[in-house]
Formats: sequence, structure tokens, C-alpha cells
Amino acid sequence: MGQLAHTKADDPAPPRAYWNPYLAGVALGLVLLGALVVFGRGLGASGALARFTALASHAVAPHWVTANAHLGGYFAPDAHWWDDWLVFEVVGVALGGLAAAITARRLVVGVDKGERITNRTRLLFAAVGGIIVGFGARLAQGCTSGQALTGGATMALGSWAFMFSVFGGAYALAWFVRRLWT
Amino acid sequence: MIPIHPSVYVAYTLAVLTGFAFGFVLERAGFGSARKLAAQFYLTDMTVLKVMFTAIVTAMLGMTLLRAVGWVNYDAIWVNPTFLGAQIVGGLIFGVGFVVGGYCPGTSIVAAVSGRLDAIAFLLGTSVGILGFAGVYDKLAAFAQRGGDRRMLTDWLHLPYGVVALLVAVMAVGMFVGGEYLERRFRRPQEGVEP
Repeated sequence: MGQLAHTKADDPAPPRAYWNPYLAGVALGLVLLGALVVFGRGLGASGALARFTALASHAVAPHWVTANAHLGGYFAPDAHWWDDWLVFEVVGVALGGLAAAITARRLVVGVDKGERITNRTRLLFAAVGGIIVGFGARLAQGCTSGQALTGGATMALGSWAFMFSVFGGAYALAWFVRRLWT
Repeated sequence: MIPIHPSVYVAYTLAVLTGFAFGFVLERAGFGSARKLAAQFYLTDMTVLKVMFTAIVTAMLGMTLLRAVGWVNYDAIWVNPTFLGAQIVGGLIFGVGFVVGGYCPGTSIVAAVSGRLDAIAFLLGTSVGILGFAGVYDKLAAFAQRGGDRRMLTDWLHLPYGVVALLVAVMAVGMFVGGEYLERRFRRPQEGVEP
């Protein structure tokens, strides 16, 4: 008994293996189907991030936000920044991701990066990538969740164009930034 | 306390639960790891392609079935309006950011709550990018708003819904076969090891 406990303490259990990608895809598809059928709307992420961003910037520069043609609508007299199903869905994404990471023993504070770069380089490029993604997602009115996944499943033509453009843009640049990942 | 109507409250509770399932699956699929996501673009790990297209086909075939038995009024379901120019250009920009940053918005949330500091940097960057877009929106509005119709693959291909669903499913299977081949060809021994 004591020996077993000792062994466990010295050799902590490794993280759970990732799910089989096809089974994970079926699970994801069923979540998406449920959202579509129950709410008539699919999954998303960047739309909610736009609302959180508008909220944060409203605290700093309220006049700029309310006057802005892109973000001002969230603060119109009859509107509420949080009044969108995506805002609540994204809160759920964070909670679900956290629960999954904890139960899979993958909750680790650290930097995820390729082996050839420093943490500092990784953080810098992560931020730069985020800026580019944020801009592109607003232009395309959605991201991988709202456009590619949801729009893909509902056969939206523009969403399919978006999806192939994402892969196109990423594959086109991959060779030039290979140092980041390989 | 949020002053929302009870029925809305129920709807938003369901939204949180839906998101919970979404986030949980993303993490367990491995999408909380930037390296795993980026590996898609170096052909060493095609999990992104497999999960994404399996999900699309699952939801699409489920919808086809529910339509066929008359349980779902498809016209009431939100279909993203098509802004072809903005979605192509936005997609290309997004793809560049994806391979540089290693995440997309949804996966960065999952990675951030898993403790990944790079995901927090990515999310802060995303906010800056959103503000940047808002800042130049006046100049881009005409381009960004060109289009806006409910256009579907069925309209584009002039084929019935069921046929397009079948074609997408066949295409997905073809991509899976190709993806498995590429993985075997390009996978390196250290790939798949936990970060």
C-alpha cells in the first residue's frame, strides 16, 4: 500500500491520450448539430472576442467605441455588449476546456512552442499571429468555428471559400515560418 | 446580476452548456496545443483536417437526416451570408496568422485555460487585431460588405441538397485517405510526444 503510494508520488500519471481524431470529430459534429437544431445557430468564437474587446476598449475610450462603425453597435442605446449567444457559448468553451484539461492532467502553465525558438520569440510571434487572425476574422465575419466549421456544415458558399483560403494562406506561409515549429 | 428575461436566461444557460461541450471536445482532440495545430501545416499531424471534416460531415449528414424526416425547418437555420471577396481575403490573412500564432480564436481560449501563456499572448493579439480592423473599418466597409446573400454550395453547384451532402462526404473521405498517407510519409519520431 505504502509502496504503491510512493511509486505514484515519484512517477506522476502522464496526461491522458488525445481522443481518436475521427471520434473527436463525430463528437464535435454532434455538438454543432445540436447547436444548429436547438438554437438555429452554430458555434463561434471570434464574434464573442469582438464583444469582449469592445467592452474592454469601451472602459478606456468610450467615445471612440460608440462612434466606431464596426464596434459601436454593441453599445447602441437599446443594445447590450453581452447580449449575444456567442458570448455565453464562449464562457462555456473556457469552462469546458478547463474541465477537459484538468481531467486529462494537461493543466500546465507554460509556453507551447517549437524546439528551435525561445519562449520570448514564441510569445512575440503568438501575439503577432493573434493580431493577424483578429483582423482577418473580422474581415471574414468569423473564424474557424463560426465560418469554417458551422458555415461548412450548413453549406454556406462563402464559408467554404473562407475555409480553403485559411488553409491556402497557412500552407503558403508555412515554409517561411518553419523555424517556429519544426 | 444580468437583467435578462427568464426565457432568455434559459437560452443562455444552454449556450454555456453547448460551449462547455465544444471546449471539452476541442481540448480532448488536442487543439489546446499550438504545436499540434501547427503540425497540420507541415503535414506531420493531420488531426485538424480529420477532426474538422469529420465534424462538418457529421453535422451535415445529421441535418440531412433531420430534414428528410421533416423534423427541421432548414430555412429557419442560420446560414452565414456570403461576402465572397471579404471571406477569401479575410481567410488568407487568417491562415497566415494561424501558422504564425499557432492558434485560431476558439483553440486559443482552450489553450489559455489550460495554462498556455502563448495562448494568452495570442488572445491579447487577437483583441488588438480586432481593434485594428475597427480602426480602419471605414476604409474597408465597402469591400467588406460587398455581397451578403444566403448562397449555398447547392446554389453554386446547381445540385440538390442530398447530392451535395454526399459529394462533401466523399471529398472528406478522400482527404482522410490523403491525410493518413501524408502523415505516414512526413511524421517524425518525436511527433506526438506531449509538449
